[in-house]
Amino acid sequence: MKLKMALFAIMMSIVTVLTGCEQLTVLDPKGPQAERLASDIMLTMLMMAGIVIVVFVMLVIMLVKYRASKQPADYEPPHIEGNPWVEGILVGIPVLIVAFLSIVSVQSNYIVESAPQGYEDKEPLVVYASSSNWKWHFSYPEEDIETVNYLYIPTDRPLEFRLYSHGPITSFWIPQLGGQKYAMNAHVTKLHLAADVEGEYMGRNANFSGEGFAENQFDVTAMSQKEFDEWVEEVKETAEPINEAKFEELLEPGHLGRMTFTGTHLEFSPAPEHHHEGDKYEEEHNHSDEHHSASRKESSDRKHMNYNE
Amino acid sequence: MEFFERFAIPHPSIAIYASMVAAGLTMIAVIAGLTYFKKWGYLWREWITTVDHKRIGIMYLISALLMLFRGGVDAIMMRAQLAVPENKLLDAQHYNEIFTTHGVVMILFMAMPFIIFFMNFVVPLQIGARDVAFPRLNALSFWLFFMGAMLFNISFMVGGSPDAGWTSYFPLADGESVGSHYYMIAIQIAGIGTLMTGINFITTILKMRAPGMTLMKMPMFTWASLITSVIIVFAFPVLTVALAMGTMDLLFGTQFFTLDNGGMAMLWANLFWVWGHPEVYILILPAFGIYSEIISTFSRRNLYGYKSMVGSMVLISLLSFVVWAHHFFTMGQGAFANSIFSITTMAIAVPTGVKIFNWLLTLWKGKIEFTTPMLYSTLFIPLFTLGGVTGVMLAMSAADYQYHNTMFLVAHFHNVIIPGVVFAMLAGLTFYWPKMFGFMLNEKIGKWTAWLLSIGFLLAFMPMYVTGLDGQARRMYTYSESTGFGPLNMVSFIGAAIMAVGFVLIVYNIYYSVRYASRDISADPWDARTLEWATHTPVPEYNFAITPEVASSEALWDVKKKDHVLFKGDYEKIHMPNNSGVPFIMSCIFFAWGFSLVFSLWIPAIITTIGIFVCMTLRSFEKDHGHYISVKEIEDTESELRGA
Repeated sequence: MKLKMALFAIMMSIVTVLTGCEQLTVLDPKGPQAERLASDIMLTMLMMAGIVIVVFVMLVIMLVKYRASKQPADYEPPHIEGNPWVEGILVGIPVLIVAFLSIVSVQSNYIVESAPQGYEDKEPLVVYASSSNWKWHFSYPEEDIETVNYLYIPTDRPLEFRLYSHGPITSFWIPQLGGQKYAMNAHVTKLHLAADVEGEYMGRNANFSGEGFAENQFDVTAMSQKEFDEWVEEVKETAEPINEAKFEELLEPGHLGRMTFTGTHLEFSPAPEHHHEGDKYEEEHNHSDEHHSASRKESSDRKHMNYNE
Repeated sequence: MEFFERFAIPHPSIAIYASMVAAGLTMIAVIAGLTYFKKWGYLWREWITTVDHKRIGIMYLISALLMLFRGGVDAIMMRAQLAVPENKLLDAQHYNEIFTTHGVVMILFMAMPFIIFFMNFVVPLQIGARDVAFPRLNALSFWLFFMGAMLFNISFMVGGSPDAGWTSYFPLADGESVGSHYYMIAIQIAGIGTLMTGINFITTILKMRAPGMTLMKMPMFTWASLITSVIIVFAFPVLTVALAMGTMDLLFGTQFFTLDNGGMAMLWANLFWVWGHPEVYILILPAFGIYSEIISTFSRRNLYGYKSMVGSMVLISLLSFVVWAHHFFTMGQGAFANSIFSITTMAIAVPTGVKIFNWLLTLWKGKIEFTTPMLYSTLFIPLFTLGGVTGVMLAMSAADYQYHNTMFLVAHFHNVIIPGVVFAMLAGLTFYWPKMFGFMLNEKIGKWTAWLLSIGFLLAFMPMYVTGLDGQARRMYTYSESTGFGPLNMVSFIGAAIMAVGFVLIVYNIYYSVRYASRDISADPWDARTLEWATHTPVPEYNFAITPEVASSEALWDVKKKDHVLFKGDYEKIHMPNNSGVPFIMSCIFFAWGFSLVFSLWIPAIITTIGIFVCMTLRSFEKDHGHYISVKEIEDTESELRGA
């Protein structure tokens, strides 16, 4: 029995440790979406801990009280068919819990699938995030720039990520800003995020995509709108333009460090947003001969999983 | 030489060459041993051609145990690789191959045959039947499963393992090496066998129950087997079709799941999980059945809430078909679809909870004896509850955006499968061992094993909940030190090592008990309650000399407590099916067929396809009316068994 009690104590301490771990990445949100998810997680964890305790206590009572060694030798356990009241309660309470959680779940679904709360009136920054083996390409169509494997975002502004893949199914995930979503080849999925706090966050592909999957991650830097605008300006002045040949090269399987370009690949290789016949982009990429100056290839010495600071 | 290049492995390593040598030596040793001891004839007559459900069951058991160790070695290698950051033990490709084969082997070639072993061995005895409804089909089921498993298992030595995960999502599984071919074809062959098992057991349970055993007087394990069989029959055809489409994509250039030409990669994911989710209930329901038998037996009480137990299983089986999209909440199907699948998923918690509380209430007012099977069952309740409640957490579709693809998910499904299915298998194995082999497994070693497995399990999987919430994605072959995942992954490795010790102890227990256990046991060593314990040990070929008559779900208990008479009347001659080599031969041809397709060897593929049809045609024209066991033979057998 001692062993069983020890086991029980271990489990309970695990539950308490888990609930106390505010500093775990997912439970340390830096944006409204991640906050909603973290509070859902904490809520369910506490409710579930309650259920676990009820089951454990019942089990321990039964095992302690009804062991053969505690009973007289001639004790004959009774034949009990079941009781509609008892079984009704055993169905009823879980139904109530599930009904409550269903309401929370549905609410959260609509919240994470729409513009972040508190940011509804602000114009979102649209970023196309597309994955190739084993890189992320971030295209900023409004700013007309593109980066590889790193993402600069302004705080206090909604972010609308449009996700797709040049290869296997991947999953775009910045845990401290919000949940993940798949990037697939045939159509674009949308993910609404926002960052409340400036800082550096880990972002990665969470969905297994082959040999280079473990290193398929990117750095996210959230900064003020002013700094973000300055960065865009700097990129426009210093970065090399992207063109079709260069982009094809980037798509080759492998790992690249951070890279920065002017223009976006969407102009010659549009995202699979529409399926119209003859939706051919016009031959308009005549802006490519201008900026030959400094290319801003930062070798991101494979700073894996760079958490905030 | 060009022809042979395709059989080379694309990513060789010392470990693989060592396993090749080991496999070769084992083969030679087995062949030499069989020849030396002149056992070929015995093997052919008594096992390979057998149609006896008990022997087929034991062959399923042996296969399952072998595969448990294959999958277990994969698991230990994975945990060792992740034990420290930036480990160089395995490279990415090997790690990917290993987690892929670990998943496939454990689910399809370990857990499935293990539950089918129980169905085969227990169900006919439990319903008082002489065999299953279609004994020869049963043999074909086994041999197809076996050949599928073997085909899958040679992949790492011939041509290369699959490496796209056990879910084998397209377009990742694009058939660059033959690994994905192996996946599609080997699972197809084994899956056909499983589908036939489902059909067989539905018929057996519906048509062959002993007189008096109405549906609501069936023992709980039989109920679980019936519902599982129904799920198999509805779910496996989906897998068959999906695998056929995938095979055609890989071999013949169709475009079902490709990137271009109108292919839909997510169609595979949908089809896979339309089968894959019911599949987990195919595994867990028989496990629930086994726990019900064991908990009731060792509480010395009838099962509490029999009707709600049956009802909850029926409900689970229905719900299991309407939750598949929760495996990809993050696919972007929108808030509405996610809400529906979130609610249906959480709804499964209700019937599952009913079962947990009914088991607890079965302990109530009981007289609990802690035998090894009971120890597993009482460990199952708290550990499985942990896994169940994390399942409810995962069912919150929005929150799942944070759990999906992380170690949290890995922790969850191991948390339900290991205490749920694996513990049930080990509990059931210990429970039914005396009925199969006429001696008991050592209780002391058995209890040590149960504790080691539980402690190892907690150490191995609880840390994953934490690292998952900390952002550790699953299927990463390595991680950097700065992530801070290191210490907890080391704890996981230690836990896995403890579990490995537990599994080795099972082997030692079998060895020890074979040598030292007493052979002088009764036919009912656990003082059990149901029909399977009413016949002799070892069970004669015909199971029951006289068909029993049943008045409740606890027929043997009625005999003990209510003076119920099971066997009325005199011996009559018994009609039994004949042995047949056709299932084995046909499955061997299936193996060759699968191998030819894997390597696109078209001429052998055509020849073997013809061979399969020839076997089926021959069977159609074969007149085999079985044989009779005469009253004299029955009398002899019965008096001998009674004397023993």
